[in-house]
Amino acid sequence: MSHSADSSTPTIQVPGPFTGRRKNLPVSSLVGARLPSWAPYAAGVAAVAVAIGLRWLLSWTGWGTAFWTAALLFVIGFTAWSFSVEGRRRAKDRFASTLIYASFVAAVVPLLLILFYIGVKGFSVFSADFFTKSMNGVTSRQEGGGLYHALIGTLELVAIASVIALPIGIFTAIYLVEYGRGKFARAVTFFVDVMTGVPSIVAGLFVYTFLLLGFGMRPFGFAGALALAILMIPVAVRSSEEMLKLVPRDLREASYALGVPKWRTILKVVLPTAMSGLITSSLLAIARITGETAPLILLVGYTARINYDPFSGDMATLPMLVWDQLGKRAGTTSNDLTEARAWGAALTLVLLVLILNVGARLLARLFQPKAR
Amino acid sequence: MAKRIDVDDVNVYYSDFLAVEGASINIAPLTVTAFIGPSGCGKSTFLRVLNRMHEVIPGGRVSGSVMLDGEDLYGPGVDPVNVRRTVGMVFQKANPFPTMSIYDNVIAGYKIAGTRKNKSETDDIVERSLKGANLWEEVKQRLTRPGAGLSGGQQQRLCIARAIAVEPSVLLMDEPCSALDPISTLAIEDLISELKSSYTIVIVTHNMQQAARVSDRTAFFNLAGVGQPGKLVEYDDTTKIFSNPNEKATEDYISGRFG
Repeated sequence: MSHSADSSTPTIQVPGPFTGRRKNLPVSSLVGARLPSWAPYAAGVAAVAVAIGLRWLLSWTGWGTAFWTAALLFVIGFTAWSFSVEGRRRAKDRFASTLIYASFVAAVVPLLLILFYIGVKGFSVFSADFFTKSMNGVTSRQEGGGLYHALIGTLELVAIASVIALPIGIFTAIYLVEYGRGKFARAVTFFVDVMTGVPSIVAGLFVYTFLLLGFGMRPFGFAGALALAILMIPVAVRSSEEMLKLVPRDLREASYALGVPKWRTILKVVLPTAMSGLITSSLLAIARITGETAPLILLVGYTARINYDPFSGDMATLPMLVWDQLGKRAGTTSNDLTEARAWGAALTLVLLVLILNVGARLLARLFQPKAR
Repeated sequence: MAKRIDVDDVNVYYSDFLAVEGASINIAPLTVTAFIGPSGCGKSTFLRVLNRMHEVIPGGRVSGSVMLDGEDLYGPGVDPVNVRRTVGMVFQKANPFPTMSIYDNVIAGYKIAGTRKNKSETDDIVERSLKGANLWEEVKQRLTRPGAGLSGGQQQRLCIARAIAVEPSVLLMDEPCSALDPISTLAIEDLISELKSSYTIVIVTHNMQQAARVSDRTAFFNLAGVGQPGKLVEYDDTTKIFSNPNEKATEDYISGRFG
């Protein structure tokens, strides 16, 4: 604590709220003692320094132990320092803040690393050829080729799955929100909830047993689209249901009070009001199944050729291209060329999902009921 | 065009719970009737019975008869949708449709219901209704703007315009001014006095002074006790209710001894 020159009341240095400059305030029951604003950084540096010192002293190998020691020292030391200067309540706050920030970093850093890694590795193989050529005739040791066949395969299958799953999802949601009362509605909700957890291989196995084994067919694109639709329906139902529930009840009542029948109220009032939310939830459902691989392994197979027909023959898809290029399909290993192509396909998938997500937000903005 | 309402021994239920018991009332055409009473006594519930909105709530049901010019609204085979076209309603919180412009909001009663009207007809309806709701001058330059962009009082008048656009015989108003400032309230009260010459109006209000200002006759609802159903206690000319009521409960409520 520092004493100001012209008064005998003890004062402390407190960081100002907006400018961070120090202000001399008297210590009173309202103003508590505070750590200086550089305190966290000082504590961090000290913890790292001590950890490095310990590593040298105790001859630890690698950096793992040092890292965790530094982290532990920081948490304990900083909290203790805060406790001695600022008091119990502030110390608890510091401790919780430290943990929360650490969790945030732990969550975000791997994500950023993955994106960065995919971006750098995948981008190196991007070219005009990469997006317009297929892998037909290109062996694993040759350069060249592209993912056009896989790209249109993924786009086609996702489109077919959406055309099947989205109407079913939205209409089920309309039933649950507008009409559903009693046991049947509760059963539907329960089974939809269960289906959101169905593993994708199980959905694939279901279609495999029915279509491929049952009718003795060979893999073809539409079978995969069916499995993807099965995976998509519960997601579409749940999120559409939430969007429809957001439409305020008094809008429906206003419409009924005008003498409008229920189905017309749903069509002309509820759906337009929920439209931006329904678009968002649909695009998110699409983004969810775009990268699903397990059903494709069973049902769609893979080919190096371009195949536009979803009803006959194997189709290539982006996840399966990754799998093929890494050699897993043929039981061989990968090399630099194939690995680069696999990264390219992975990056394309990520970009596709990104475009869908951004598109969802933009469309939602466009369709939002405007206030002015 | 305005009709009389005759209610005979109506019980209103929420599933098994009796909310209003044995209510009977006769409302003459082209009058304004106010329903007053403490919170939770069933006046809004009873109001919603008059246009069959009560059954929109899951478990809502009604016994007894409600006659509109001699026709029982709850008779066998009566379509609630038709009832609601004849008996319009304005709600406490103004609820213009957010995806529609002011113009579309006013003719929503026709547009959403799918009744075909050509442009000149809808223009006429919009102008007539907005003039009837005292909103025409304020919005005639911006009919294509969203309905949700108006002030609270304007939104409420828009909802009134929307309700009268379909030319109902009766207009029900559930605390239309409780969410509004005094200036807007005055505007709507003036509007009610004008609308009286074309419609039968029933208004639920928490504000006793408003009931005294606006209505010809007043009905006082009350609860017998906690958990008991609400009852219509007294129904008489407004001047009599507010100066010399018959029932003690009415007098206690009017003079503020409870409520």
